[in-house]
Amino acid sequence: MMWFLDIASALFLGIGSLLMLTGAVGVLRFPDFYTRMHAAGVTETLAAALILVGLMPQAASGLMFSKLFLILLLILLTSPTSGHALAKAAIHSRLKPQLGQTTVEPLATDTGVS
Amino acid sequence: MELFIDMMLLSMLAVTALAIAYLKDLFAVVMLAGIYGLLSASLFATMDAVDVAFTEAAVGAGIFPLLMLVALSITGRYERSRRVSWVALALVSIVGILLIIGTVDMPPFGSPDAPAHTHVAPRYIEQSGEEIGIPNIVTSVLASYRAFDTFGEVAVVFVAGVSVLALLGMAPGDSRHGTDRSLNSMRQHKVLRVVSKILIPPIMLFALYVQFHGEYGPGGGFQAGVIFAAAIILYSILFGVGATKKAINQGLVRFLAAFGLLLYGITGVLSLLTGENYLGYNGFAETATNAQHIGILVIELGVGITVAAIMIVIFVTFSDRLNIQEKR
Amino acid sequence: MTALVGDLYNYWISMVLMMIGFYIIIAQGNLLKKIIGLNLFQTSVFIFYISTGMVEGGATPILTEGTVLYSNPLPHVLILTAIVVGISTTAVALALAIRIREAYGTVEEREIQEKNYPC
Repeated sequence: MMWFLDIASALFLGIGSLLMLTGAVGVLRFPDFYTRMHAAGVTETLAAALILVGLMPQAASGLMFSKLFLILLLILLTSPTSGHALAKAAIHSRLKPQLGQTTVEPLATDTGVS
Repeated sequence: MELFIDMMLLSMLAVTALAIAYLKDLFAVVMLAGIYGLLSASLFATMDAVDVAFTEAAVGAGIFPLLMLVALSITGRYERSRRVSWVALALVSIVGILLIIGTVDMPPFGSPDAPAHTHVAPRYIEQSGEEIGIPNIVTSVLASYRAFDTFGEVAVVFVAGVSVLALLGMAPGDSRHGTDRSLNSMRQHKVLRVVSKILIPPIMLFALYVQFHGEYGPGGGFQAGVIFAAAIILYSILFGVGATKKAINQGLVRFLAAFGLLLYGITGVLSLLTGENYLGYNGFAETATNAQHIGILVIELGVGITVAAIMIVIFVTFSDRLNIQEKR
Repeated sequence: MTALVGDLYNYWISMVLMMIGFYIIIAQGNLLKKIIGLNLFQTSVFIFYISTGMVEGGATPILTEGTVLYSNPLPHVLILTAIVVGISTTAVALALAIRIREAYGTVEEREIQEKNYPC
């Protein structure tokens, strides 16, 4: 039973770390603000949640398990909200998303016009 | 492995500090300062200083960027172009090299027999369990052995709040009429409104948990006060300062700011009346540990009340100034 | 040599951070930037203090059964007070900066000095 919990824990932690790495690479390499927001959203919601789920089998007591669960709930509630707030602020600052090459819309620069 | 994490965090801190020095967009600089606070909190946590990490995360990554952003909205977002000052650079390099040469004599990082660990600290670690009886040694030192210093700290927080009120409190064109314009503009932020209404009561509950659990784990009055103020500030950001003033009477908040400090001072006077030193709690109950528990509980409550009230007062005062600026 | 770097890396980086903060305070003109530099300086001093308080192999200074070696709690108490005092002075400094902006119209040091208002 113990080794099963350890294997599950390692799996979740591994996938969570991998997603965090790809999220970080995405934030650095994506061309536009909104695509970078998507990469950051993956990092702060999915990767953090998977890491917490990976830590849960390792919890030493029921108290620690419930604390980890509450932290997971808080992250699942607040991270998408903060991503939404950032994207909304960008839209209100009239930052246009950089669409494909075939449209005639001028490509947006990265500094938000306020 | 811990040393590797340590060195990585410190290197990231150095890179963040260089970016803060280089950038001209103050909005980005404030965000980087928030990241700097969060990295410092992680560093403190890896160095076993959990109370300090808690406080630095709440202050350095929470209250500090918040107040800077409100000030930034008033003073302007971009820094004027500047030249690099070679004199300052040379001075800073010389002082830095001298300081680094000075650290070569220091005991290695983490050595158990450094002079810092051999004088007073073993006495506190060994005897605080019997004399005070609470597990968190930092709280027992902060609230009982060195309670007078903490009294001074709470007095500094109170004086800072009074100073901010004196500097920014009375404005021409006072905004006592409320900021209804901003209340209407928040109606479209449905997601934020709903989520914040879900979150604000648990945040306040968590602040109370941190306040009273500070004797058994990391926490205490100051962190609890900051978290409680953060809940009120979240409400104020989303629904406007006018709605906050209607919900929470500012006169009551200012009274509570003074009341917390008064509670702290009165505990000291009461302990004088029981025959002990000022802020020596042993006269409050029959056994010493019960008396210490009562004393620590009351003064931590005083600290929490004052800090929460002062943070709310400071934020509301800054926000009022911003609204007056925008109306002009 | 690597032992020396590993032993003292914390202290060196805190000196570097201190000097970066110091440079921002003395060389850059915008008042808000100076306040951020002051915050950088203060936090580097905190890092220095907490580094001196850490004990290798020690636990968090919360009394638990079976732990013998604890990290030193005294620097933690000191730095807790210092963080509180730091944020209080930052709030007052920001209030002063806002008043300066309203009085002079700018928060750049050079422009304020050029305005030459009679005291």
